[in-house]
Amino acid sequence: MKNMNGFLGLAVLAGVIGVSGCGKSRENITMAGSTAFQPFAEKLADHYLATHPEVSITVQGGGSSLGIQSALSGTAQIGMADLVKLPPEAALLKSVVAARDGIAVVLNPANKVDSLTMDQVHDIFTGKIRNWKDVGGADHAIAVISREAGSGTRSSFEQIVGNFKLTPDALIQDSNGTIRETVANDANAVGYLSHGLINAKIKAVTVDGEACSEAGIMSGSYKLVRPVFLMAKPDASPACLAFLDYVLSPEGQELIHTNGLIRAK
Amino acid sequence: MKLNGEKIIRYTLVAVAFSALASLLLIAVFIMKEGVPFMVKVGLRDFLFASDWDPQAGKYGIYPMVVASLYVTFGAMLIGAPLGVAGAIFLTEFVPRSVMRVIKPTIELLAGIPSVVFGFLGVMVLAPFIRSTLGGPGLSLLAAAVILGIMVLPTVISISTDAISAVPNSYREGALALGATRWQSVYMVILKAARPGIMASLILAMGRALGETMAVIMVAGNTVRIPHAVTDPVRTLTANIALEMASATGMAREALFATGVVLFVVIMILNGIALSAIKGKVRGR
Repeated sequence: MKNMNGFLGLAVLAGVIGVSGCGKSRENITMAGSTAFQPFAEKLADHYLATHPEVSITVQGGGSSLGIQSALSGTAQIGMADLVKLPPEAALLKSVVAARDGIAVVLNPANKVDSLTMDQVHDIFTGKIRNWKDVGGADHAIAVISREAGSGTRSSFEQIVGNFKLTPDALIQDSNGTIRETVANDANAVGYLSHGLINAKIKAVTVDGEACSEAGIMSGSYKLVRPVFLMAKPDASPACLAFLDYVLSPEGQELIHTNGLIRAK
Repeated sequence: MKLNGEKIIRYTLVAVAFSALASLLLIAVFIMKEGVPFMVKVGLRDFLFASDWDPQAGKYGIYPMVVASLYVTFGAMLIGAPLGVAGAIFLTEFVPRSVMRVIKPTIELLAGIPSVVFGFLGVMVLAPFIRSTLGGPGLSLLAAAVILGIMVLPTVISISTDAISAVPNSYREGALALGATRWQSVYMVILKAARPGIMASLILAMGRALGETMAVIMVAGNTVRIPHAVTDPVRTLTANIALEMASATGMAREALFATGVVLFVVIMILNGIALSAIKGKVRGR
């Protein structure tokens, strides 16, 4: 575990040495973890740095589980994780909910199906329903597309849908973006991805009659929602805590919102 | 003084030469150290020859991925080898030198295109084409093989061209003087003389096809299943490591290292076979 992702650790180390070497007045904050939140963290960091020249912020991806691990080990000051529930080892960390993110079930626009129930979503992704005609579509086999094991989006999706074992026939793609491309290219595909990444090339279906919209996510009526956690050690530096405060401030939340994620509260 | 200088350069060169060997050794030792204990723990039968891959449930069967890696590699060679060797023959024997001097660097440029670009083309063009003409999900064994077949072309063409160009002109003249047509002289004389070089290009190409990761992840579909048709999606050994690396901890992480060991051994075996094939041919001549 300690030398897990040693390569990344080395990169972080190199960054820290580089920064502390050339100007020790600037404190470096490293963020690592969820790739879904990474672009938002970069935006937040950019804006924060404009008014706070005394710190520098490095943002890295690596996935939610890496975010928790590196916050625990101290290779990153702030870990990012988009999970329904943090694993028990994260109890040692101070964690805040920075934003919320809906998981949309998406189809090709050519597909006639517009709504699914949660049970149908379960049955499609576990392989019990294998043809679109069983859920009101055309007579075509369903091409199920999922994220890789260990993806925060996948584990959130599986936890919320519940009692889940992905069909062994599912295609696996390793990012939200490739899921979107695959669904956009295949009339019979079904996938799931972060609410912020829905565009005109794919369509999100309603689940249990609720659309994956901001209103649905805020009110809690849309069920496929997960929080984005930011985690730091309880004894984190004041500069680090100040940045977390900024993320939760109206200004930080507004920035998250204008870029397509849902506010924490 | 002069002698000393010679010696220093000689030892420096030896040290540099061995550093390449040393890094290979280090990689081998590290992968083995992390992966072999896992294979012992789980047992070769439940690792290599089991078909269930579900690390969270403690199932570590990589058999479908071994099969997929071999299929994809041989598929790529089936496409890349004839095209590449034919291209090399054409460039060296049937085209004026001046034309070849333009075409060959252009082909070598192909080697500089990042694999993610090939993968992107595969996703946007090839996969939809396969889906609409042959059926299935499009992202498939066939898509991976075709993309890899194209990706190995520069390796095959470049090294084969060099090998064929290196055949002395007297061989060509001799063959022609004996009344052979141009094609006969290529087929019966030149290809035989250039065989070790051509084989070397094919071995390198095979190594690239087996080791390629990014493009394969994008076009192969990554389903852990033994394929029954070329349109079935597959997950190769390399794709498995890359896909699960970020999240794997504990036993799952060791399983990925063990996957690396298998990949290492497969490459060694393939290279061994190819090398002995060359040697056998050379000696038999």
